[in-house]
Amino acid sequence: MSYKTLIGLEIHVELNTNTKIFCGCSTEFGKEPNTQVCPVCLGLPGSLPIINEKVIEYGIKAGLALNCKIANKVNMDRKNYFYQDLVKGFQTTQYYNPLCENGYLNIENEGSNKKIRIKRIHIEEDTGKSIYDKERNILLDYNRCGVPLIEIVTEPDINSSKELSIFLENLKQIIEYIEVSDCKMEEGSLRCDVNINIVDENNNIKTEIVELKNLNSFKNAIRAVEYEESRHIELLKYKKIGSKETRRWDESENKTLAMRSKEDALDYRYFPEPDIVNVLLNEDMISDIEKSLPELPHDKKIRFIDKYELSEYDVEILIADKKIANFFEETLNYTKEAKQVANWITGDMLRRLNDSKIKIDNIKFESKDLGELINYISNGDINNSTAKDIFRRMFEQGERPKVIIEDLGLKQINDDKELRLIVKEILSQNQDAVNEYKQGKDKVLGFLVGQIMKATKGKANPKKINNILLEMVSKA
Amino acid sequence: MDLTHLTIHDLIDLLRKKEINSQDIVKSYLKRISETESDLNSFISVFEDYAIKRAKQVDDTIIRMKTISDLAGIPCSIKDNIMVEGFKTTCASKMMKDFIAPYDATVSKKLKEDGAIIIGKNNMDEFAMGSSNETSYFNSTKNPVDKSRVPGGSSGGSAASVASRQVLFSIASSTGGSVRQPASYCGVVGLKPTYGLISRYGLVSFASSLDQIGIITKNVEDCAIVLNSVSGNDKFDSTSINREKENYREYLIDNIKGMKIGIPREYFGSEVDERIREKVLEEIMFLERLGANIDEISLPTTEYALSAYYIISLVEASSNLGRFDGIRYGYRSDNYSSIEDLIIKNRSEGFGEEVKKRILIGNYFLSSSNYEKYYEKACKIRTLLKNEYENIFRKYDVLITPTTINLPFKLGSKESNGEYGHILDKLTTPANLVGIPAMTIPCGKIDNLPIGMQIMSNRLNEKAIFKIAYAYEKNKVC
Repeated sequence: MSYKTLIGLEIHVELNTNTKIFCGCSTEFGKEPNTQVCPVCLGLPGSLPIINEKVIEYGIKAGLALNCKIANKVNMDRKNYFYQDLVKGFQTTQYYNPLCENGYLNIENEGSNKKIRIKRIHIEEDTGKSIYDKERNILLDYNRCGVPLIEIVTEPDINSSKELSIFLENLKQIIEYIEVSDCKMEEGSLRCDVNINIVDENNNIKTEIVELKNLNSFKNAIRAVEYEESRHIELLKYKKIGSKETRRWDESENKTLAMRSKEDALDYRYFPEPDIVNVLLNEDMISDIEKSLPELPHDKKIRFIDKYELSEYDVEILIADKKIANFFEETLNYTKEAKQVANWITGDMLRRLNDSKIKIDNIKFESKDLGELINYISNGDINNSTAKDIFRRMFEQGERPKVIIEDLGLKQINDDKELRLIVKEILSQNQDAVNEYKQGKDKVLGFLVGQIMKATKGKANPKKINNILLEMVSKA
Repeated sequence: MDLTHLTIHDLIDLLRKKEINSQDIVKSYLKRISETESDLNSFISVFEDYAIKRAKQVDDTIIRMKTISDLAGIPCSIKDNIMVEGFKTTCASKMMKDFIAPYDATVSKKLKEDGAIIIGKNNMDEFAMGSSNETSYFNSTKNPVDKSRVPGGSSGGSAASVASRQVLFSIASSTGGSVRQPASYCGVVGLKPTYGLISRYGLVSFASSLDQIGIITKNVEDCAIVLNSVSGNDKFDSTSINREKENYREYLIDNIKGMKIGIPREYFGSEVDERIREKVLEEIMFLERLGANIDEISLPTTEYALSAYYIISLVEASSNLGRFDGIRYGYRSDNYSSIEDLIIKNRSEGFGEEVKKRILIGNYFLSSSNYEKYYEKACKIRTLLKNEYENIFRKYDVLITPTTINLPFKLGSKESNGEYGHILDKLTTPANLVGIPAMTIPCGKIDNLPIGMQIMSNRLNEKAIFKIAYAYEKNKVC
């Protein structure tokens, strides 16, 4: 049997402009219901929309980052339907002439590259929110009305849940890099609908396309796709094709459930929005936006590997979040040890950030501090295990490494005379061990080093100690 | 002296000479309203206390600032589909009968800033859909010239209140002729300016690409004074034109020598009452005697304008009226079984017959299977029409035609319904479709009923219209 999965996506991304798409109201999330509204976003009679040019700019940014062709003008259209959270009886969107078209995103899966085509990206307004209380009353919060969105539509080029997962991660990364959205799925600023069907290539039949909605996390999107794949294959086994419908993922049941059939699909009666004059886009404006785009993840990856001679694995961790990548490069203003910086960031720093659920924006120390800490290690002023303790204090208290070292007297003992005195002292206290060594038990050396470190609170330079110990133990 | 017989510029002169104050003006107009309103029904609401309070404020301002703006203390009315903060805006519909405007339309704001006193809101056809004022939820308005007849529509209340001296001017709206036709029926001046010259912010939309706020006054000069106040760019209306403000009073010059007037054949067809045709042609000859050059011309696409107008206006209306679902404001039904049922009942019970008919037809035109057949074709006709008119205005300053095809008809005669009702707007819709300015001025009477002459010009050439209209008014002894 040879089955091929076809997946196309419709992704809604809430843009992080300060104000809404057609009025000056704030887009801030989580405010008291119905406090961020005005006649325009409430669709009061007589109010008119004024398009927010930032929204157009952000839409173009997304289009350019995803290799799209940008339209030469912005036309809005109306999508007419009735719903309690839709204030005007229509949603202002783009139907006939989307802002961006014909782009692509390359994904890498198990070493091979694949192009996922982007069909279109258009700008539109969000609707309000219906909340159901215990008595099944519908409470309406219109704060979200008019919050700007881009809708990204792909061609059905994704053929597995693995590819889906990689695509979504890459897309999210790009959107975050160009800073047009915070992509918080839990706050609804990234919503993904999946269209899926399966072709039975042997028997040349395919199932009807199913739309999956309400997927509130990437994990659920992937699980829903996997569930659907097996459901469709089951249908095909019996030469059935199922029905064209919308289904939702039920988290408690771990399966998809039918919501509505596509047969009774609405006629949205699209037509050009007469209240908004078309905005002409010229080449200069688009190329200015293009120049303002930051380095995108893929380019950054290649540059980091080349310039800093890091492993692909480390680089992927560093560039997963633009802010981490920036922190890495900032640190290199204070130290030359790129590999060390990468190790510290991908190791202790990310681990502590994750454990304490702190965002890098709120980290207590600066890149300069990490650079200094690494310099102390490479100059031999402190050893690695001391550095880890210092790092912990930097992370928890935000103290400067210099201050911590002075405060605790942690500076490494490098002075040969001093070290010899210490070694002599330890050897005289551990005569048994010295004897064992002389009888050929090399392992005893480890014990002796440990004793020395204990006595010096780990401050002795381990390299030097080794040499001095070897020299002195045989003479002792 | 009865102040209600005067014009805006007369009253401002008296104010400046300190012979009267604005409280005197407002009181005499309120008195006039109380004497006439029960007969006419041209208002949906009258703001007596507010008007008196505002007049006091204006008088205080005059004393304090020692300047008098062009509309200081002038009583006016506003069609009830335009927002005036804190007062009802009903659109003459059951759907909106208790709706209190939470904000000011841009025109209301400008009028207030210039000291005009908004004395009430005018009756109209429901949601501006109709040509006789008979679709109003608050009963029809009567024509002050002959109370057995309609004042026209949809701005019937506005025209009637100016014609009956209840106010000095009224701010109304035009989608296909709703300012010019009632002004013509009531024997007053009505201007629908260039699309975008006056902000639509705060006007309840009927058809966004056609809607334009207009002005109804007793005479041409008053019209220019009011246009000076309410026109201008508005950042709250994306379709508002961004350009230098003009002073329209500068164009009130009694000299039209050498101006070129086109007489488009298509506006004098057999559907136009023969007596109106003859009268208007007679008045055009009079303009020729004043020194204008007259040519008969043809604008063939005009024949399709009415069909295009209906398709576009109903398409846009069906969408614009979608917001009236009774969820957040407006009429709400008592019994319902679900949200969907609630929305259906609110709209079925809240809208009148004419409005529902137009929403239905608009949705039919807009359905995906009909879109190309009707709406797209209508848009193409509109483009052809625009080009045709633009070309003609390269040769002519203005076009002159009758404003209406008939005389004001009897109340209840149903002339505005059915097949005939549609062609009532035949002569006024092209200007809305093309977006050009058009004015109607009274040009005589037939059987004691007023008729109007329509003057159209190119986009933003209100100047030419004012020149012709002013010269005609000045020299004609009607």
